[in-house]
Amino acid sequence: MTSLLDVQDLSVVFRTERGALTAVNSVSFDLAAGETLAIVGESGSGKSVTALSLLGLLGEAGRIAGGSIRFDGEDITRPGAGRLREIRGNQIAMIFQEPMSSLNPVLTIGEQVAEPLRLHKGLGRAEAMAAAGDLLERVAIPDARARLADYPHHFSGGMRQRVMIAMALACQPKLIIADEPTTALDVTVQAQILELLKSLTRDLNSAMILITHDLGVVARYADRVAVMYAGRIIESAPARDLFAAPRHPYTIGLMGSTPRLASGPKARLATIPGQPPDLAALPSGCAFAPRCPHARELCLSAPPPVETDAGGRRLACYGHG
Amino acid sequence: MNLQRPGQGDGDLLRVEDLSVHFPVMGGGLLPRRIGSVQAVDGVSFSIRRGETFSIVGESGCGKSTTAMAVLRMQAVTSGRIWFDGQDITTWGPDAMRPVRRRIQTIFQDPYASLNPRMKVGAIIAEPLEVHRVGDADARHRRTADLMKLVGLLPDMAERYPHEFSGGQRQRISIARALALEPDLVVCDEAVSALDVSIQAQILNLLMELQERLGLAYLFISHDLSVVRHISDRIAVMYLGRIVETGRRDELFSAPRHPYTQALLASAPSADPALEAARSSVALAGEPPSPRNPPPGCRFHPRCPAAFGPCSSRSPSLVFEGDSAAVACHLFPPQA
Ligand SMILES: Nc1ncnc2c1ncn2[C@@H]1O[C@H](COP(=O)(O)OP(=O)(O)O)[C@@H](O)[C@H]1O
Ligand SMILES: Nc1ncnc2c1ncn2[C@@H]1O[C@H](COP(=O)(O)OP(=O)(O)O)[C@@H](O)[C@H]1O
Ligand code: SF4
Ligand SMILES: [Mg+2]
Ligand SMILES: [Mg+2]
Repeated sequence: MTSLLDVQDLSVVFRTERGALTAVNSVSFDLAAGETLAIVGESGSGKSVTALSLLGLLGEAGRIAGGSIRFDGEDITRPGAGRLREIRGNQIAMIFQEPMSSLNPVLTIGEQVAEPLRLHKGLGRAEAMAAAGDLLERVAIPDARARLADYPHHFSGGMRQRVMIAMALACQPKLIIADEPTTALDVTVQAQILELLKSLTRDLNSAMILITHDLGVVARYADRVAVMYAGRIIESAPARDLFAAPRHPYTIGLMGSTPRLASGPKARLATIPGQPPDLAALPSGCAFAPRCPHARELCLSAPPPVETDAGGRRLACYGHG
Repeated sequence: MNLQRPGQGDGDLLRVEDLSVHFPVMGGGLLPRRIGSVQAVDGVSFSIRRGETFSIVGESGCGKSTTAMAVLRMQAVTSGRIWFDGQDITTWGPDAMRPVRRRIQTIFQDPYASLNPRMKVGAIIAEPLEVHRVGDADARHRRTADLMKLVGLLPDMAERYPHEFSGGQRQRISIARALALEPDLVVCDEAVSALDVSIQAQILNLLMELQERLGLAYLFISHDLSVVRHISDRIAVMYLGRIVETGRRDELFSAPRHPYTQALLASAPSADPALEAARSSVALAGEPPSPRNPPPGCRFHPRCPAAFGPCSSRSPSLVFEGDSAAVACHLFPPQA
């Protein structure tokens, strides 16, 4: 099997005042060209840290404590892998929730979109500006060329996210990581942005990691889904299989907790009691055990191993072992 | 216009008639002067019966919170009337409002911002009892413990401070405080929007349970269609300061009539891949314009896929069909 991205047993540890905190714990997944993988889970489950670790953006306090990340066959976790910067700049692009924090408020939109084209593609000033205009047109910004001279604060949240997508597409990346790209946007604008991402990734045959807490977005856009809880992927499967028959008690609880547009009358939601654990004080067994209706003695002993079935579902739960 | 038709009479706890809230836009210069206005809420009418959940749904900036603030009399109204329990409270002063304030309480989105970080949780919940001088210290203490149990908190947590609680627990504290004075109406403005889905489900269930036990009415405000669908009896959809459609929950979701309601429903993905695969791609283009210069005619017409002749010049009024469903769209003219 040739995967574009192959992550094996990845762990990320942060140094904190309260000691070492394992934000990502033995996470494995892979991704083929053109495929969209959704990573879902509640806040603090490790979704963003997983994404940042792929880009080598963990900052001062964080480090990859174990595992490997292979991109296009090359291990990009090895320190000194000289190509990492080049890969990051050219082949993997990232789109964040809040585009304003990635845009420079005192530069025009045109300058910011043109800049990487000059750097990475060696275009001249005028050429780069013309190419920037093309890119803004491709992401359907109305009156694109006229808006090159505008500053970010002249743009709505949805239009800024289009600019970020234009910048991400400039180098025709093989992988796009979108971390909650529409969480701050209204639902009609969210739909436009996700449709845009979908059609552009299809045109470029780019793979996408779509991080979201919205199961509706997952159902609509993902080929496969990985569910994270307390730093681990506790279940992953093709999207249809996961929704048709979730198997991990946490996945089942998450789906039961989600109000459905297509649901029946005023009924109670199935809920998960309690709240997610403190990562600095994880239980010794399965991290979900304190909230799990099926927890037994065995579950408290050690974290459950990940088992893969014939359909490509991976599950970390003793209950179904 | 037959705006008062739905359920007018005994059952109406709250009635809002033709409410408008316009904010002045001031121009620069040495002597600032009014150069325009933001029509945040423009001619909104609805009513809420005892014990029912009435929701307002719409995208950000459509006027949901401003409507809520006007109902709470925390925002001056430009025109229109607000009736509570049969009395017109639109212009009541603080003294007259005092007994009404006991009966209308609120829960906001951000429990972090709405709880005083320097007060213990017990004192936060008991504060409304003290302000309204309900009972003696002992009685208030017992009532606080009861309220904490009611919302699923342990009474011995009363000595802790808000920062020691998770987001979901803080929202439980806000709910306990809101219920202290046994209100008839609770205004929930994005009350579950900041919570993770498993915690959100706990709070939604709690709100529904409390409604059954205490006969509360909710004015429930949210931008999240699935949440609104889950909790509501009746729903109003707002766009740029106006109600474009209102109706019973099931009618509205199974047969939306206003093109904006249809677009909103089509835009919100459902957690079901089979439904999603069967769905055609999303129709609605563009973004809502500013309420400072709302488009003439139907405010939705620049984005409306069905816009025709009259839409750009004449404003459609909300036309009732039956006693609860109404739509403001030229596609549905009043029946002669
Ligand atoms: N720079 C950091 N220093 C210390 N802890 C961090 C840092 N970044 C993230 N974490 C912790 O890692 C955990 C996972 O965070 P994150 O991946 O951002 O979660 P999410 O699933 O919400 O994206 C959280 O407990 C968070 O507090
Ligand atoms: N105090 C104010 N002054 C001026 N404009 C305001 C004020 N409060 C709200 N607005 C404007 O009124 C409109 C409606 O706002 P709001 O009721 O908060 O919307 P929602 O709650 O639906 O997101 C927005 O355009 C907002 O910017
Ligand atoms: S391993 Fe045990 S405790 Fe953990 S989710 Fe499965 S059944 Fe529940
Ligand atoms: Mg995150
Ligand atoms: Mg609001």
